[in-house]
Amino acid sequence: MFESFPFVSVVHILVVLVAPPLLPGVINRVKAIFAGRRGQPLLQTYYDIVKLIRKESVLSETTTWVFLFGPVAAVSTGLLAALLVPLGNASAPLSFEGDLILLAYALALGRFFTMAAALDTGSAFEGMGAAREATYACLAEPALFLGLIAIARLTGGLSLDGMLGPALLHGWSVAAESLLLVLISWFVVLLVENCRIPFDDPNTHLELTMIHEVMVLDHSGPAFGMVLYGASLKLFVFSALVVRLAFPVRTGSEPLDWIVVLAGTIGVAVGVGVIESTLARLRLTSIPALLTGAGVLSLFGMILALVH
Amino acid sequence: MTSHALILTSGLIAMASGFPALVLPRSNAVQALTSLILLAGNAAGAFAVRGWWMEGPTPPLAFPSPFDGLSVGIAIDGVSAAFLVPVLLVTSLASIYGLGYWRQSEHPENGVRVGLFLGLLSGAMTVIVTARDGLMFLAGWETMAVAAFFLVAAEDHIRETRMAAWLYLAASHLATLCAFGTFLLLYAINGTYEFVPIRETGTAASTALVLLALVGFGTKAGIMPLHVWLPSAHAQAPSHVSAVMSGLLIKMGIYGLVRVAMLVPDMPAEWGLFVLAIGTVSAILGVAFAVGQHDIKRLLAYHSIENIGIIVMGLGLALVGRSVGNPVWTLLGISGAILHVWNHALFKSLLFLGAGSVIHGAGTREIDRLGGLGKRMPVTATCFLIGAVAICGLPPLNGFVSELLIYIGLFRVATGADASTASVAALAAPGLALVGALAVACFVKVHGIVFLGAPRTPEAAKAHESSFVMLGPMAALAACCVVIGVVPLAVAPILDVAAAAFTGGVAGPASLAESAPLAAISGVAGLFAGFLAAGALFLGVRGVGRAPRSLTWDCGYAAPSARMQYTSSSFAETLVHLFSWALRPETHRPAIKALFPDDAHFESHVRDTVLEKALFPLTRGVLWLFSWARYLQAGNLQASLMYILAVILFLLLWR
Repeated sequence: MFESFPFVSVVHILVVLVAPPLLPGVINRVKAIFAGRRGQPLLQTYYDIVKLIRKESVLSETTTWVFLFGPVAAVSTGLLAALLVPLGNASAPLSFEGDLILLAYALALGRFFTMAAALDTGSAFEGMGAAREATYACLAEPALFLGLIAIARLTGGLSLDGMLGPALLHGWSVAAESLLLVLISWFVVLLVENCRIPFDDPNTHLELTMIHEVMVLDHSGPAFGMVLYGASLKLFVFSALVVRLAFPVRTGSEPLDWIVVLAGTIGVAVGVGVIESTLARLRLTSIPALLTGAGVLSLFGMILALVH
Repeated sequence: MTSHALILTSGLIAMASGFPALVLPRSNAVQALTSLILLAGNAAGAFAVRGWWMEGPTPPLAFPSPFDGLSVGIAIDGVSAAFLVPVLLVTSLASIYGLGYWRQSEHPENGVRVGLFLGLLSGAMTVIVTARDGLMFLAGWETMAVAAFFLVAAEDHIRETRMAAWLYLAASHLATLCAFGTFLLLYAINGTYEFVPIRETGTAASTALVLLALVGFGTKAGIMPLHVWLPSAHAQAPSHVSAVMSGLLIKMGIYGLVRVAMLVPDMPAEWGLFVLAIGTVSAILGVAFAVGQHDIKRLLAYHSIENIGIIVMGLGLALVGRSVGNPVWTLLGISGAILHVWNHALFKSLLFLGAGSVIHGAGTREIDRLGGLGKRMPVTATCFLIGAVAICGLPPLNGFVSELLIYIGLFRVATGADASTASVAALAAPGLALVGALAVACFVKVHGIVFLGAPRTPEAAKAHESSFVMLGPMAALAACCVVIGVVPLAVAPILDVAAAAFTGGVAGPASLAESAPLAAISGVAGLFAGFLAAGALFLGVRGVGRAPRSLTWDCGYAAPSARMQYTSSSFAETLVHLFSWALRPETHRPAIKALFPDDAHFESHVRDTVLEKALFPLTRGVLWLFSWARYLQAGNLQASLMYILAVILFLLLWR
């Protein structure tokens, strides 16, 4: 897997390292436009991360090494996942049979340590956030996998490269209804995995109702910078998955393919911004119903792919 | 000495390991001697396995018998070897751990007993997995079952322990009865007790054989809903015994299922799909029940049910592959199942030993009475964390490898089979994903509430780290979890041989190294380790580790107390609610009647639904039904004489 390391892989790695923090900026800009404000600069997340890295930090007396391992694991697993998703016209830097399972499980590993770091502070708020994250992930994971099965069945591939490549275009031509259901379901999974409205409001000021933001309340300085970067990486990975599912097209021109994917992820961020501006956050108790709904959509998509 | 004779010797030495202590004075030194004899026996077993691996197949060690068809024999084959490795390793480590955990001087009344029956149990398992016929198998099986009963009942002055032991004994008898039935049917069909494949299948006898095996071995393995004995037995036994029971004893049920599957080579594909389906259901419900537990050992016991479900999923996949003649599915299924047997033996015994260390150090099994132990027991906490990540199936540890094999197999069936076969696999794979996510929720909860945060009770605040005798075995198991997870190619040859033995020598076209991305896993693990090191280095360079310390920022609250932390029950509340249709949680909440309510307390329990809601009512019904029979037995001599007279009269008149 490492024997051929072409130029596109270098491009892929650079894009993965640099692009992700742009997406939260896009979302915030869209929300600002909807609210009639000028809004933060598009590059605000980059400024935040740089500023945090230069700041000092304070640690809680209760915490152990697990608390600092959380952000490290979140960034590491996010990078690993981002190297598995095909972006441009060539295959992803890491690609093998069954890499789709590694993608899901790498993100789960990041989640494991983010939640462990939250519990390490001994704060009830952070425990609450961790419990919610754990619960909603249980409902999102089957929806993701049902979609993966549908795509694998339609394309015959077991690696993300094969599944989200030209074979998927054929899948769209023969079973568009199945893939459309999976696409909707995956977009819902994107929203919950990245703690966006209607599941979680990253801008709320009430810790009692948060999910992701409350888990990282105690992180500060460089560690919090890593948390922000890790979160944007995760958003980027899910956006890229949704984009590749929606547009498995290969234009034939290498730069154009990259532009399509990057423009697509920005498009997804715009979509998230529109949803955040037009929808209210759901009550926490009704979130499971929506997630189950997403799972059922994926299930129908999978059944349509099976009988196709 | 041939390797077959050597393995039998090893089993006998292990069985005998506890007998010298019966006549010697009761002391820690004699306990160490017991352990040493067991280790010697297991070392002999390891040499036997190595010898078998070097010299290849040899004729089994057979004993002459005066009766036809009653020969008994011992031999190692690929499947035996695959089960022998964890048996030899985990019993040795558990025995060493026991020297610190269950010291003779601290347990004068049952130390000798535990050592004696642990040895018997270890040796019996060696006999089971090398037996070449039904009789030898049953001899080992019953020895194992009875030895485990005495181990569960070690602390028989506690009422719960006696209840757990009786429940185990009853379930164990059901399993033994079904195992007897299985091998009697084998004799009826083949005319011998030897493990020779049945040629005619589809007959009533062979169907009954498979069903009996499924119930009997399924009870031992703890497949839902036959698992009822498992949670209380694992919770009440001494922790190193729980480790052996959960890591190995229930795997003997899996071994029985695999062996019977080898005896019936021509199964319809539907049976494989059925096994796959019960495995999935067992895995999901097992982990769902685990989420609701607040006793650390009961929680781990329910995770055994989950992992047995995952192993059974792999077995079902292999059966489907064998029926439809797809060697890759068979290979992925059986090697995934067997590797998960290894992995579960490693990380679950690690977790039980870790739980034992917590109980030893803090004096309670209640998760909600612990907290902050990571600071006072750093080695235990780190080992437990490795076990927790491994059992969740997360990369880069061993659980991920075996689950990946099963996942790839399921995806291959879902993409390659006809719609009806594919549909079962296409539901099983998301089922496994659900299991994984629930396991993450559960182990974040256990590790977070027990080892992280602040101590919830004074006992937890005074907890002490365990001795090297206890930490050493845990570190060894943790190292095994890492090695298999990072270099899975190292175990691939053994799995290939086991898979070839499973398919009856008809080797598949491909080896595991070609059918699964095992080399890629190592590469990814290396890359990931690099990322982690870079991240840690970055934080280190920025001096984050030496940052000033302060209170947890609890949204400005300046006087947080340990009791304000989230508990395991509150962490699991939403999930328990989502699964309440199966878990039937019992909650006792205060009713607020007055304007200024009195002191109140809240309780919530998730009991075993099958046991409490189905089995106990059923037994009560049966007892009621037969209560009329008690009238006949009034204990009155005249009445009994009258019964005899009545029967004699009846017989005379009837003739």
